[in-house]
Amino acid sequence: MKSLQDRVSALRPNPIAAAGLSLAPFVAAVALAFVMDAAIGPAVGATWTKILLDVGIAIVLAGSLNVVNGYAGQFSIGHAGFMLVGAYAAAWLTFYGSIHWFDTKDTVGGFMGNGQLLFLAGCLLGGVIASVFGIIVGLPSLRLRGDYLAIVTLGFGEIVRVLGQITARQPKNIAVIQDQSMAALANKLGGAEGFSQIPGYTRLFFVYAFAFILLILIYRLKYSSKGRALLAVRENEIAAEAMGVDTTRAKVVAFVFSAFFAGIGGALYAHQVGAIDPKELGFQKSIDLVIIVVIGGMGSITGIVLGATILVVLPEVFREFSDYRMIVYALALILVMILRPQGIMGVQELWELPLWRKVTAKLSRSQHGGAK
Amino acid sequence: MSDLLQTTINTLAVGGLYALIALGYTLVYGILRFINFAHSDIVAWGGWLALTVASSAPVFAMPAVLLITMAICALMGVSIEFLAYRPLRKAPRLNVLITAIGVSLFLQNVGLLDKFFGNRPKGISALLANDVLVTVAGVELRLFDAMTIVLAIVLVVVLERLVYGTKMGRAMRAVSFDERTASLMGINVNVVVSLTFAIGSALAAAGGLLFAFRNDLRQTADASWVLLGLKAFVAAVVGGIGNVRGAAAGALLIAFVEVFVHRYISALFSGTQWVAQLQDVYVFAILILVLMFRPSGLLGKATVEKV
Repeated sequence: MKSLQDRVSALRPNPIAAAGLSLAPFVAAVALAFVMDAAIGPAVGATWTKILLDVGIAIVLAGSLNVVNGYAGQFSIGHAGFMLVGAYAAAWLTFYGSIHWFDTKDTVGGFMGNGQLLFLAGCLLGGVIASVFGIIVGLPSLRLRGDYLAIVTLGFGEIVRVLGQITARQPKNIAVIQDQSMAALANKLGGAEGFSQIPGYTRLFFVYAFAFILLILIYRLKYSSKGRALLAVRENEIAAEAMGVDTTRAKVVAFVFSAFFAGIGGALYAHQVGAIDPKELGFQKSIDLVIIVVIGGMGSITGIVLGATILVVLPEVFREFSDYRMIVYALALILVMILRPQGIMGVQELWELPLWRKVTAKLSRSQHGGAK
Repeated sequence: MSDLLQTTINTLAVGGLYALIALGYTLVYGILRFINFAHSDIVAWGGWLALTVASSAPVFAMPAVLLITMAICALMGVSIEFLAYRPLRKAPRLNVLITAIGVSLFLQNVGLLDKFFGNRPKGISALLANDVLVTVAGVELRLFDAMTIVLAIVLVVVLERLVYGTKMGRAMRAVSFDERTASLMGINVNVVVSLTFAIGSALAAAGGLLFAFRNDLRQTADASWVLLGLKAFVAAVVGGIGNVRGAAAGALLIAFVEVFVHRYISALFSGTQWVAQLQDVYVFAILILVLMFRPSGLLGKATVEKV
């Protein structure tokens, strides 16, 4: 006869197996990103690889914005500010760092070589510094609601942009840079001219690894108690608080999480374009990201992916109609808002749609040989 | 001393310009509760339309140019509301906001077409010289500053009388207070909303013309228009959005921060090339400060939210 303790511990999952099961999707995500890099990239050619990179970066940025705008319902229109912070931090590390340690401005090493590891560190540094800014922006959200919060985030984005524009000139001579310490170079971010000659480390593997990891994280967040707390804050803050949700904590955590990935998105963007122009990452960029989230469907993960894909690919396809392209885009935006106000997916996910359920139900029934 | 007076005149002129534009934001927000992002584009169109009208008119006809431009922009504002915003009257406000951004992009890019205003900046100051009207103790009062100050005061006073002294104004305030009850009391909400857009856009046209005189005309998609709109909007929020007097007060405060503080505080950092850029930081910093301590603006009323 086993003791009760033994019987209970037999029911507990093996911690190693549980951790493995929990990490499996991330491993699969990285593997899938590797496949995209190794197989799909070369197969579609340079032009489409660039478009795929843009789509992936848009997914990272819009997915992170979705946590604040879609889940927590805190209307933020200063997301490009986080992007800019992350881009600067990462570019500082890779540009000055590779000159200090590798004596070159170019990319170094092959797959997961020194250069790419430095770039990964840059991405994470960008994310961390952006999330510090996330705390700063998250704090006003404790006092402000709705449109007022939107205006403060807008103000934050503009301030970051202007501060970027007043940083000191970027030295480009290798010998001059090696004379200064990394800390002394921290304010030499190019000012209004922008930060240029950033080594082009961004490739499909990194973009999609981060994109898939973010998607898994926000999927898990959506169906976890933390995520439900955020949704409750979105629906009605006072009611959520009455139900025992720590709204303060929920909102600040949402901002920090969101800023972290926006910073990474900014780092990926900077190392793809090869330069940071603070004017490019201002109010207009923030609005572009909000449009992706709203067109896709606020709070819907499938919606983000669809919205990012559509809004990046369509303008590329219609590039030849340059003069009228933006006019049509503006009209389409107005029409979508009037005809389908909830966005393409609404608040639903692909797997929550009635059609999807019907198809999957039929498939699983036929698998079981129609047994009832 | 003369320097102080000169800076004061600059503050008043910039404040008048912001007030004219801020009123459009505040009126629309007061009634429909959304940020009309297309407002800054009406300002831009006002400037360009004024140039188009003025280039075929003699100098003494400037008041007529102003009135014609204001009328055209009022018509534009009313049609935009009718076509783009009215179908969304019952939709979530975020949708209206995105629609406003759509309208804004539309106006910017239509303005860029060669058939309209083209994509090159144009000088408008050649139409009217910025003469010095009077010089007292070394302080110059220039034509454009005087024009802006006088026009802003006149239009703000007229609007104030309209909103607080007429039956139509009472209808506007009633709709702003409670749209449903107002319509039950026999107020035609659609007429009130159209009128609001007409007034706001006409004021924006005046602002656009004055801004163009001071800074020449950039292409309609230029970031300077958006920044002008943002600052005017910040003025409306700082003053207490939805409040006519608040918009004027906020505009003066923002102009004070931008011109005065810039003139005397930034002097401390003189010698660095980036000082001019700090103006924008001051404006947005004051916005964040005001909202932290008075979340509904200086003259706005705090509202209690219920479940």
